[in-house]
Amino acid sequence: MILIGERINGMFKDIGKAVRAKDPGPIHEWAKKQTENRATYLDVNHGPAAEDRVDAMKWLVKTAQEASDTPLCLDSTNYDAIEAGLELCKRPALINSCPAERKKIERVFPMAKKYGASIIGLCMDAKGIPKNAENRVALAMELVAACVEFDVPIENLYIDPLILPVNVAQEHAPEVLETIRQAKLLSDPAPKTVLGLSNVSQKSLDRSLVDRTFVVLAMAAGLDGAILNVMDDALMDAIATARILLNKEIYADSYLKVFKGH
Amino acid sequence: MPVEIQKERYTSKVATVTIGATKEQGGTRTSVVTVGGDSTLPFLQFEGEIPNPPVIAMEVVDRNPDWNLSLKAEFGDDILSDPAKWAKKCVDECGAQLIYLRLQSADPELENSSPEKCAETVRKVLGAVGVPLIVQGCGVDEKDNVVMPMVAEAAAGENLLLGTAEQDNYKTLTAACMVHKHSVVASSPIDINICKQLNILINEMNLPLDRIIIDPSVGALGYGIEYTYSIMERIRLGALQGDRMLAMPVICNVAYEAWRAKEANAGEDEFPGWGPQAERSVLWEAATATNFLQAGGHIIVMRHPKAVKLVKKAIDDLMVPNKY
Repeated sequence: MILIGERINGMFKDIGKAVRAKDPGPIHEWAKKQTENRATYLDVNHGPAAEDRVDAMKWLVKTAQEASDTPLCLDSTNYDAIEAGLELCKRPALINSCPAERKKIERVFPMAKKYGASIIGLCMDAKGIPKNAENRVALAMELVAACVEFDVPIENLYIDPLILPVNVAQEHAPEVLETIRQAKLLSDPAPKTVLGLSNVSQKSLDRSLVDRTFVVLAMAAGLDGAILNVMDDALMDAIATARILLNKEIYADSYLKVFKGH
Repeated sequence: MPVEIQKERYTSKVATVTIGATKEQGGTRTSVVTVGGDSTLPFLQFEGEIPNPPVIAMEVVDRNPDWNLSLKAEFGDDILSDPAKWAKKCVDECGAQLIYLRLQSADPELENSSPEKCAETVRKVLGAVGVPLIVQGCGVDEKDNVVMPMVAEAAAGENLLLGTAEQDNYKTLTAACMVHKHSVVASSPIDINICKQLNILINEMNLPLDRIIIDPSVGALGYGIEYTYSIMERIRLGALQGDRMLAMPVICNVAYEAWRAKEANAGEDEFPGWGPQAERSVLWEAATATNFLQAGGHIIVMRHPKAVKLVKKAIDDLMVPNKY
């Protein structure tokens, strides 16, 4: 399971403040903490408050890499900022993200090829997020086709079906699960699948419970990774246990400890 | 039309473990043995690397053993009563790459040898041969927990492989390996979950993963060989898929299991259709061993010089590169 730590994001007050003041402290702290909690990637997002996004992304990449060797997931809607970040990444990065829109595909995929980066491809286009699985999968197919067109290995594509908060749009959850199932059948080798997990629990009362229940359902459907709160022990334990129950990992009494120790 | 060979791509590989230490490394061995490092299933050289071929360890017992006479005749009572001479013969005449010394005389039901005597035996065998040693206790936990720490201390720096740690008795031996810089055999009863758990427990005591060898417990041909085969296959797949707690090389005690099979011991007078016992028993041991090579065994423990010769030939044949 690919675990993308969500915490270095300008939407969080401490990070937003740090980005504005160029204070490396909070970035170092969360890079280290999330790495210790076995993040595979660290998401870095300058947030809406950053004035110069290219500059903010460069600073974030540099600062995060001072504190940890964990590869980065560059999270921005500004592709110049992402490209500036890719230039500085010491290890192959993830680009977060690219919707199924021609213009954006033409900007992102060649950049991914140039830097050996992977791409989170969103099941949405200019019209927004489809309501059902069928239309989400159609968009996923466009992203798979773009891999062939721009010579990006299919394994470097992470299809994100886009989950919406369950307290306002619960009808999307089963469609997302179905999209994951079908995305894994789109090609051989199959693209990977990913979720911005915490979105499902926005403003729910027990966020951790909603997150861990949904991630287990999604793993059973074939989910390969998630952007999530790696500091949530109950969530991490649920993921470790799902890996055992899906026969992805061999059981041992101390499996939880081993999962955390990775 | 060219045939495209399908190749599996794995993310990880088997760990390497080195047994023995030369003078420069703090021991007295003239050669050391490194096993593991495989990045594919057994002998699929076209798919991955097999940097270290499997090795044969020959069994030596610290008392004249109660073995089949046809096997004992290969050595003679003079040799069988002297572990140092016995070990030397295994290395010089049979090409044993390791000696597997079983301290059976420590068994309270047998000679009940003292820990000091056992340590002395280990020193003598170390003095007689230059290859690395695997030292195995008598199998009675309470006694082994006194004997093995003394053996570990007496051979400090030699990087022995000491056996065996089991789920309900691993702490004493692991601690001895930690303190005196040896490696440990972690044994589980044909059970992959216990195998993994034991490796975790040993590693939690801070013994590094590259100082653990897995003993999955083997069954001889006709006695559950297929159960061990499938456990070993899962261990290897786990290792190749990145499970560090299953990535250790594997030891297979073929000697003990093959030689307690009825087919290795029953006389021709009893089963005329089975052919001569002396020949049949060699084949029984060699066939069992060869099976465990194919299953992914890294260290094969054997007894009969003729069976060893057959299996060494099989290893040479299997190690011929088969790249397409």
